[in-house]
Amino acid sequence: MTAKKKVAAITANVACAYAMKQIDPDVVPAYPITPQTTIMEEFSNYVADGAVNTRLMRVESEHSAMSAAIGASAAGARVMTATSSQGLALMWEMLYIASALRLPIVMQNVNRALSAPINIHCDHSDSMGARDAGWIQLFSENAQEAYDNTIQAVKIAEDMRVRLPVMVLYDGFIVSHAIDRVELLDDEVVKDFIGDFKPVYSLLDVDNPVTVGPFDSLNGYYFEFKRMQEEVMRRAKSVIIKVGEEFMKVSGRSYGLFETYQIEDAEYVLVLLGSAAGTARVAVDNLRQQGIRIGLLKLRVFRPFPFEEIAKALNSAKIVAVLDRSISPGSQGGPVFQEVCSALYSFDCSPVIVNYIYGLGGREIELAHFFKVVSDLEDLSEKRSKESFVRYLNLRE
Amino acid sequence: MKWDVRRIREWKFYEHPQGATILEAGNSLYYQTGSWRTFRPVWIGEKCTHCLYCFIFCPDAAVKVSKEKIAGFDYEHCKGCGICATECPREAIEMVEEQRESDR
Amino acid sequence: MSSFWEIRWHGRGGQGAVTAAKFLAEVALSKDFYFQAFPEYGAERMGAPIQAFTRLSDAPIYIRSAIEKPDVIVVLDPTLIGTVDVLEGLKSDTIILVNTPMSPAEVRKILGLEGKKNRVFTVDATKIALETIGRPIPNTPLVGALVKATGLFQLAEVVEGLKVSFGKKFSEEVIEGNIAAIKRAYEEVKES
Repeated sequence: MTAKKKVAAITANVACAYAMKQIDPDVVPAYPITPQTTIMEEFSNYVADGAVNTRLMRVESEHSAMSAAIGASAAGARVMTATSSQGLALMWEMLYIASALRLPIVMQNVNRALSAPINIHCDHSDSMGARDAGWIQLFSENAQEAYDNTIQAVKIAEDMRVRLPVMVLYDGFIVSHAIDRVELLDDEVVKDFIGDFKPVYSLLDVDNPVTVGPFDSLNGYYFEFKRMQEEVMRRAKSVIIKVGEEFMKVSGRSYGLFETYQIEDAEYVLVLLGSAAGTARVAVDNLRQQGIRIGLLKLRVFRPFPFEEIAKALNSAKIVAVLDRSISPGSQGGPVFQEVCSALYSFDCSPVIVNYIYGLGGREIELAHFFKVVSDLEDLSEKRSKESFVRYLNLRE
Repeated sequence: MKWDVRRIREWKFYEHPQGATILEAGNSLYYQTGSWRTFRPVWIGEKCTHCLYCFIFCPDAAVKVSKEKIAGFDYEHCKGCGICATECPREAIEMVEEQRESDR
Repeated sequence: MSSFWEIRWHGRGGQGAVTAAKFLAEVALSKDFYFQAFPEYGAERMGAPIQAFTRLSDAPIYIRSAIEKPDVIVVLDPTLIGTVDVLEGLKSDTIILVNTPMSPAEVRKILGLEGKKNRVFTVDATKIALETIGRPIPNTPLVGALVKATGLFQLAEVVEGLKVSFGKKFSEEVIEGNIAAIKRAYEEVKES
């Protein structure tokens, strides 16, 4: 990069609003909810100032926000919105419709716990609950990644081989409201990168009328359509990689399905996603200095889940500790754990795998908690135990 | 026909249009709902004033009209719902039970 | 500047602790340093005790947890002492800066830091703010005192940073007032 980089001291929400300004979507239907609110607050300034051509729709609920997003997208518009927590929960039935209709809507979900009790702080329960809704899910560690993922999400969603909605995820408050160093791209670079939006069908194309969202009966084709969604989700993986490579060319920042740190010779590997991966990296550095062979795998793409690639990356580890920032009552461990187990089992990999639930409702996770995990792993290793377990970090128990 | 659905039953999952979209308007023409009928509407020409109420009310566009006059029913699509007979101000449409094969 | 600084700000909602944390981040940005600034979330209530945090470094910052053992503690409101444990996570070399008309020696005594190696600074930032900005918002003068106490940045860099940071939102008069406040606090801050 020869040109001087444009760097700002802004929060992830402000960075994402700036990305939206650069993307200049046709329609943005939105409803405010903490901690997403400041994205739309900031973006509505751009709308009011005439900095974008967006039609901002202030709807009466998140259900309406997603409904309007679906309608606008089916009409041929480039559509974005954003939400959090209960807002995402209220969108639930519409999330499935957006993905099944193959509408390339891009939405930030600022991760926040689900009630009850009412809690505005970070965990991943909201988007993990939506993991089967057919949306691509990109997790971000910090404001830079949230900004970069928002721009890449548009290109991934709109790729003709994909045409699926994309959720960009980042941690409520910890990332959304923290002032961070963010390198911004030039408007022209973003515009060229995402290109023009080309709808496949449009409800407004009166010369080529189509029916969107028809009824499908018992002897119909529902099963085929669902299988196709799964197929497209699989295909999306290579598109996500390709878009990441193209983004590298314009930004100098590299994005793949996940990021590994010090795993080449690691006996122990931590697997997690979101902002805690940053703290985990510092923990790894600390532990490496003490001679402990530990590494980190930070997931970026949770849907489609990169099974094969993860299995390969973790295969030579002795013990894998998966950290989940959400809870799945009645299951064996959290959602990330389940996926990683499934990956390791499917590809006949050998590591012992254990699970830690952490950070629910914004519960703090500090270096000491990672050190605790690693001392557990050393214990296991000494005992040569093959037993899996689910434990809780920083819980009063 | 822009979109030939005659062999849709044999389509593989990846052959369907994206997102279950129906690409052509009016293809319900190929769906012959006439077989659903248990009563059929019968037009009594001498009572009819050609007010076209039946044409307006028919949910399946199964009332045929020619030169602003009733020209009978499209029995390939008429489901036999009887709305035409109910709405007719002159009782010029009678619902007659379809004959079963065994009654013939 | 040494490699890694963690600063904790204690204030009450409305006194500008968050703005101060942000402002320091923006000064760091203009020096091409790495930074993080974040409030203690969810307590945005006027008058309620709040905390804000700033991390500064010459290398990328990855850690995302709350600051446990601050290098610097800034107290924007002296009435918080005794109400809130402002010394939580105190290290032997943590620098303490308090907005108060009291002398550093008096504050040291109140905080129970007699005989400890910690450097204690005081400045009457509220009085300075009233006389320069015309409002009792002690945050910008405290940044002036902070850079003097820590040597984090040059005074000129802070003044330049303020022009950039405030230039978008405030009138020239407000900016001039704030610059005067920073300069005065920089001069008037006392150490024991």
